Amino acid sequence: MATTTLLDDLAACVDGAAHEAGPDDAVGGVPAAVVASPATTEQAAALMAAADRAGLQVAFRGRGTALAWGAPPTGLDLLVDTTRLAAVVDHAAGDLICVVQAGARLDDVNAQVSQHGQQLALDQPVPGASIGGTLATARSGPRRVRYGAPRDLVLGVTVVRADGVVAKAGSKVVKNVAGYDLAKLVTGSFGTLALITEAIFRLHPLPAASRWVGVSCADPGEAARRAHAVTASQLAPAAVEVERRPGSAAVDVRVLLEGTQQGVDQRTTAVLELLGAGAAEQRPVGGSEAGEGAGVPVGLPAGPDELLVKLAVPLSGVAGLLSAVADAEQRHGVSLHVRGSAGVGVLYAGAPGDTAPEAVAAVLADLRAATVEGSAVLLQAPPAVRAVVDAWGPVPGLALMHRVKDQFDPQHRLAPGRFVGGI
Amino acid sequence: MTTSTSPGPKGTVPEPPPVNVTPPFGEGGRGAKDGLRAVADAVRARYGEDAILTDRQQLRTYECDGLAAYRVVPGLVVFARDTEQVAAAIRACHEHGVPFVARGSGTGLSGGALPHAEGVLLVTAQMREVLAVRAEDERAVVQPGVINLAVTGAAAPHGYYFAPDPSSQQVCSIGGNVAENSGGAHCLKYGFTTNHVLAVEFVTPQGEVERLGTMAPDAPGYDLLGTVVGSEGTLGVVTEATVRLVRKPEAVRTLLAGFETTDAAGAATSAIIGAGVLPAAIEIMDGLAMEAAEAAVHVQYPAGAGAVLIVEVDGPAAEVEAEFAQAVRLCEESGAIAIQVAADDTERALIWKGRKSAFAAVGRISPDYIVQDGVIPRTALSEVLREMKRLADEAGVRVANVFHAGDGNLHPLVLFDGGRQGETERAEEVSAQILALCLAHGGSITGEHGVGSDKAKHMPKMFTAEDLDTMQLVRCAFDPGGLANPGKIFPTPRLCGERPGRGTGPHPLQQAGVAEVF
Repeated sequence: MATTTLLDDLAACVDGAAHEAGPDDAVGGVPAAVVASPATTEQAAALMAAADRAGLQVAFRGRGTALAWGAPPTGLDLLVDTTRLAAVVDHAAGDLICVVQAGARLDDVNAQVSQHGQQLALDQPVPGASIGGTLATARSGPRRVRYGAPRDLVLGVTVVRADGVVAKAGSKVVKNVAGYDLAKLVTGSFGTLALITEAIFRLHPLPAASRWVGVSCADPGEAARRAHAVTASQLAPAAVEVERRPGSAAVDVRVLLEGTQQGVDQRTTAVLELLGAGAAEQRPVGGSEAGEGAGVPVGLPAGPDELLVKLAVPLSGVAGLLSAVADAEQRHGVSLHVRGSAGVGVLYAGAPGDTAPEAVAAVLADLRAATVEGSAVLLQAPPAVRAVVDAWGPVPGLALMHRVKDQFDPQHRLAPGRFVGGI
Repeated sequence: MTTSTSPGPKGTVPEPPPVNVTPPFGEGGRGAKDGLRAVADAVRARYGEDAILTDRQQLRTYECDGLAAYRVVPGLVVFARDTEQVAAAIRACHEHGVPFVARGSGTGLSGGALPHAEGVLLVTAQMREVLAVRAEDERAVVQPGVINLAVTGAAAPHGYYFAPDPSSQQVCSIGGNVAENSGGAHCLKYGFTTNHVLAVEFVTPQGEVERLGTMAPDAPGYDLLGTVVGSEGTLGVVTEATVRLVRKPEAVRTLLAGFETTDAAGAATSAIIGAGVLPAAIEIMDGLAMEAAEAAVHVQYPAGAGAVLIVEVDGPAAEVEAEFAQAVRLCEESGAIAIQVAADDTERALIWKGRKSAFAAVGRISPDYIVQDGVIPRTALSEVLREMKRLADEAGVRVANVFHAGDGNLHPLVLFDGGRQGETERAEEVSAQILALCLAHGGSITGEHGVGSDKAKHMPKMFTAEDLDTMQLVRCAFDPGGLANPGKIFPTPRLCGERPGRGTGPHPLQQAGVAEVF
């Protein structure tokens, strides 16, 4: 049988670690035929070359926390699973740099580098995420205010192209301008350009002290005003979050301070003053991490089966956006839960998974009207919804993106249809 | 490599780097001159005689950028005053198969804006309007000819500034900063230009005006912006940039510590970083560099110091006091023989003046010198400096060192006298060996000056043929005709149509009969 031969061919590339796909081996509801798990970049290269020869449609999977993001692929033969690429290859503590394989969990990387008082300062909106998945989806969380997004922390990548060629960009130093920055190009590319097998990151020291403070505001305008007062202050917050729960006029503002113990104590007083009446320290509930562990919710406002929209606005647009959300909820009868960074202008909105497609389209149109200088992208939605909405909205530079895709993957075999403009 | 021209070019001028041989312009044997003439006519017809330079003597004014060792008289200079003029000039270049090189202030140190003899030099220096300052959004929108420091000037009344601060910031342009992904002394904490650009208006090598990115972060689609920033003008020309403004810190403290050796200064750097302090800047100057700076700006460095360390800490006052006290203590523990703390902005400015004038000041102690730019993992510092000294001693030249110690970005200055037989060649040899040394330690051939014309030949030492081929896939997507700043970055241009099965049909230029195979 053809499939058996193909499976043998692919298995031979990865030391036998390939099998026929099971019920869980699907991407966005599209089942794969074969799953293969390379343990090295060389194996991944052999695998991708074999897939190229066989003309297979290929998608990549790390820890599977973002497989519901983006459109389902239009076809899928081979699912490349990176979980065997799970090593921290190098931690140069003195240089604040680490080299990690794509399938490594962010948690595991941080468990290792924290032994030297350091951190890879990427938040994980969904716990358990892999390095490769975090890069491929360019996910960021609250502490982006202080540390930047994945694009700001990645210094280099090793990728395997659609034709099996291995290429590296960047280097193991913080400062480097030699050649094109391919690490940024593949960051946020949803696996449509190449397989990331390894990445080099800049690390940061773990802060000696950190503390969340917050306040609940009666309306979006008040919340945005208080949040912006902290963002625009000289107190250097590590995070400035807002949260609006479904059906509620109130908006919570939460601020994270990191630094020395004494410095955090002093700045807490100043931030409480800026946040105004009702502001208080958020009591830690336990756990080890700055976000969820400190008892403050910082994850996504939607579960894996719900609708998720990513919203980006200039800082002064946060108030308008929050008001637009409240209006849209009322007008279209869709519960909307919003949470995200007022400090950088990147927020997420969640809605029930069974929302009628037409209602989703109407809400999305309203959100687009409130994000004209940014974007509103429907990241997660069932096929019935995707069928009637433009999930990505306007994409500046789309024609050039098609040209880049054509160069990297001329036969459009990598995660076909998953990305903007049908890429 | 940057060879100084001051106090006078003595040594032999190196041969210009090989420029990609562009195929004969167009079909039917029309030569380069016809193409240039057609572009000149097209620009002149729309924008008048003032928009171009054709006189050879005038063209000569533009024969080099900040790397004066390489000189090529451009075939034609076009002065653009707005986006449409840039686009019109590039459309004409595209139509006639004429290469073009964009130039801002011309301060680059890698020959990134070295003209093409048969091409157009597109000067954006006159596009110097700050279009918007939106402090509440932490953004400014500027034209490419705006001077780096002018962005900070426009933002300062609101309490904000533009963070990338190359030493040339009083004269270098934002367009050049974007093209080269410029850094500066403070990028250890604040990042490079690429971390501070949110959107650009951009003219493709076909003359189309595109927007990449948005006022808000995370525009949907590929991060083409992250690829265009730092692409040294090889993907197109940026005609407007939306940049991030950073809130002015509440407190800034600066110290200058003298050490007996660079090793001791390096150890202090390691101790500070190891303690979890992230200073805004950490700089080291060795004895020779101090001698030069002292002669130029009279900083009065500590007597007996063989190296000085500059540490600057900024942020909220409550944090800065603690971190600065820690930095002072760690310098003392690492054997500092003297520590000067800047009492005010004037004293801080003097410390930085000495540092930022170091390159030029070296001209006072040596007739000629080469400015190198390489990067090493910071922890390899003492080993690399020792090795560098050995190389210099063997070659009989001196090397002064000024570097961004926090991120391992070295700027060795190779001092020589071009009037002495063979010394220029020996200095160039040492300069190249220094790059090899950086690569042997896992570093980079350039931390902030760019590859340009100067270092294209070194790219294969840092990257494999496959790495370079993959980077050039991007080049092929943007510029299949290879007209945008040809000969820069890549030692060998990729033939965009070469791979079987690659591409989605005949190239538009081929179809149009403009060119055969690139």
